[in-house]
Amino acid sequence: MKAKQGELKVMTGNSAAAYGAMLCRPDVVASYPITPQTEVVEQLSRFHADGTLEAEMIEVEGENSAMNAVAAATLAGGRAFTATSSWGLVYMYDAVLQAAGFRAPVVMANVNRETPGILAVSSGQQDMIQTRDTGWIQVIVENSQEILDTIIMAFRLAEDYDIQLPVMVNYDGFYISYLAEGVRIPAREDVDRFLSVLKTQPQRTIMDPTRPIGAGSHGLMTEFMELRYRHCAALDRAKKKFDDIDKDYGDFFGRSYGGQIEEYRTEDADFVILTSGSAVGTSRTVVDAKRTEGVKVGLIKLRMFRPFPQEKLIKAIKGKKAVGVIDRSVNFGWNCGPIYSELRALTPEIGNIPILSFIDGLASIDITKPHIERVIDDVANAAKGKPYQAVTWIPLEERE
Amino acid sequence: MAVKKFSTKYEAAWSDADQLLLCLDTGTWRTKRPVVDKEKCTYCGLCAIYCPPQCMITRPDFFEPNLNFCKGCGICAKECLRGAITMRPEGDFTS
Repeated sequence: MKAKQGELKVMTGNSAAAYGAMLCRPDVVASYPITPQTEVVEQLSRFHADGTLEAEMIEVEGENSAMNAVAAATLAGGRAFTATSSWGLVYMYDAVLQAAGFRAPVVMANVNRETPGILAVSSGQQDMIQTRDTGWIQVIVENSQEILDTIIMAFRLAEDYDIQLPVMVNYDGFYISYLAEGVRIPAREDVDRFLSVLKTQPQRTIMDPTRPIGAGSHGLMTEFMELRYRHCAALDRAKKKFDDIDKDYGDFFGRSYGGQIEEYRTEDADFVILTSGSAVGTSRTVVDAKRTEGVKVGLIKLRMFRPFPQEKLIKAIKGKKAVGVIDRSVNFGWNCGPIYSELRALTPEIGNIPILSFIDGLASIDITKPHIERVIDDVANAAKGKPYQAVTWIPLEERE
Repeated sequence: MAVKKFSTKYEAAWSDADQLLLCLDTGTWRTKRPVVDKEKCTYCGLCAIYCPPQCMITRPDFFEPNLNFCKGCGICAKECLRGAITMRPEGDFTS
């Protein structure tokens, strides 16, 4: 059984996020506008006004209320969507933790932007990094089509009986949020069919006025620890589940993205580079160019950041001679890229090979083709056994 | 991951509240215990209304606390118009 080929429409990444959410027929939408996410709220309001979206739109006075509203809606058994970015994500922080702790299957689009401290109305993944230990599932996507498709997959993942966790779909603000490109919009009945698997599962525990129940209690000692353990176990299950959902999506709609990670020309590669988000598209082009020069480089796109795809990365990298990681954020204290430091933790499994950190693209600096060429050249040299610099802030350090 | 048996029934932080709001083991917090004088009690119900965990049990003609959940806050004693409830130290009791 195949889905109909959807209508092709030119739209921005933000519009794609709104279309993705609308197609999943959420019961409740509560979202507060913030640059560069505002258009998501505008588009959802438009859908609501013209009757395309039959959801309860809760007008909130800020992001904290938005997250509390959608988390509560899912505890009452509803499907709920919100979207935010940077300052907004910070403002809802306690509710973000609450949603995860309550195992509230909210889906949220987070449009990546630099965080408070230095006023930067610009792109950067720092906001997502600040919330990595909240217990959410975090996915990073590359383009508008992937935003739409991943939001549909995110509802399947979040509400799955074995998972019951909130999912954050991240995409680079200012780049993908505003970039207009062709996007296939799946037919509503096909999305309904794709999500109908959830209806065949047992009913998760929900608020029911006829059956008094406490939510978020059990805050003491062993019971608390058990709930934390169950939460971690659910995150563990989410990895394979995400791969399976991605495969199902591909079989039905004809588009899939590799699940936790996507490997590009890695099979016969001597060394690889690892990156995420909008930088992946540019990296693919540069890898192709380097391949024509005979450089055996491969590319790994990190789609799932939490839970961290350890097994998949070990399998993809083991046997390679070196890895370069491009991060669009920093790990304060380790003073390197956060995805890099996560990968470093896998050294015992992947072997003691050079792993190089490249920090680039902060505050909307373009991660350009020359930047990525430089990454590939540096990692190629390290793979040959030459001395290398562990951490490079690309735009600040001229190539010698 | 290896833990197979859990003491909690639910996957998430849910707890049955079919006995009013009694979903946490708050009885272990108590250092003082409310003791009801059944002669003075006029069955007005103020103590039950004000009790934060809602643990006053309705008996045929008086109220008394469910000691599994009473945390000993003393609000019932404070609110009782007849002075029918006194707070006594837990050390005075053997059980």
